[in-house]
Amino acid sequence: MAAHSTAALTAEDFQGPGDTPVFLDAEGRHHPENGTMLGFWLYLMSDCLIFAALFAVYAVLGRNYAAGPSPKDLFDLKLVALNTSMLLFSSITYGFAMLAMEKDDQDRMQLWLAITGLFGLCFIGLELYEFHHLIHEGATPQRSGFLSAFFTLVGTHGLHVSLGLVWLVVLMVQAHMRGLGDANKRRLLCLSMFWHFLDVVWIGVFTFVYLMGVL
Amino acid sequence: MSAATEDAHVRGSGHEVHEMPGGHGSFRGYMTGFVLSVILTAIPFWLVMSDVLGNPRLTGIIVMGFAVVQIVVHMVYFLHMNTKSEGGWTILALIFTLTLVLITLVGSVWVMYHLDTNMMPADHGMHMPAPQSMPVEPGTAGPAPATHQHNH
Repeated sequence: MAAHSTAALTAEDFQGPGDTPVFLDAEGRHHPENGTMLGFWLYLMSDCLIFAALFAVYAVLGRNYAAGPSPKDLFDLKLVALNTSMLLFSSITYGFAMLAMEKDDQDRMQLWLAITGLFGLCFIGLELYEFHHLIHEGATPQRSGFLSAFFTLVGTHGLHVSLGLVWLVVLMVQAHMRGLGDANKRRLLCLSMFWHFLDVVWIGVFTFVYLMGVL
Repeated sequence: MSAATEDAHVRGSGHEVHEMPGGHGSFRGYMTGFVLSVILTAIPFWLVMSDVLGNPRLTGIIVMGFAVVQIVVHMVYFLHMNTKSEGGWTILALIFTLTLVLITLVGSVWVMYHLDTNMMPADHGMHMPAPQSMPVEPGTAGPAPATHQHNH
């Protein structure tokens, strides 16, 4: 209630009869029951700010070619379209995995998660191929402001997807070994949010970087 | 805490599972989102790759519009955003974040555009003395045009 009394509170103040903790929250609905999901959502929002900063960098530096190659010379939209579909397919297959999880169907869930992982691997593979191709052509991050911003933004997204894949494999092994308990379900739901969030960021990347770059 | 309230607590949290972001959707919901996403992805790629409109500025605006709609579709059908999940805290966090994102993006572009315009080479009549830290050779006043990139 009063801010000045907060510092004076000790553990004893929260002890009710019989050593049961007493919480000073009479209504109970100010604090969501499942804090993990809200906390993870807040993490995603902070991640969103990282990407906002990188998008802003790209918006400022995106046309500083330093007499080097421009997006029109470099980007292959067919490859980007293929990459985009990989990520979109992986989003829907993760959704199917979550539906299987809801029915406690571990086998189907593992199958859908494996398919999701394969689509994710394809995405990373295609992106690495693109990066390799660009660097081979001399379009390295050091070449111009545009390329520095491009590699930082797209690379950060790719790093997120890569770590998401590691997380996916860990959770598949864990669910296989320990079964689908509440804790594992919660973890899989967190990864679900992470995975769909990365797809949302990719919408910004393919629109703002690739499509508008070649216009 | 009595057994009865603990029971209610458990049931309460079980109920919230269906409302949290990233919680389970339905097959129908996922398919709706997927079909909409495919359409909303295919149209912008088609517009740009076969240069349907022949007007880069207009195409850019339309493509951005499609991206915004698709982000909303993903938020609703894949991330299961609604105004009620977690007692409204997720949507509040999202609105706050979007505000910051907007300030970051619009602010950066706005400030850097004006900075760029005001830092034009000397032929625009800059009568300011050269900065102390960067002594300018006589005869080559102002930054060399070749190294200066225009942002627009």
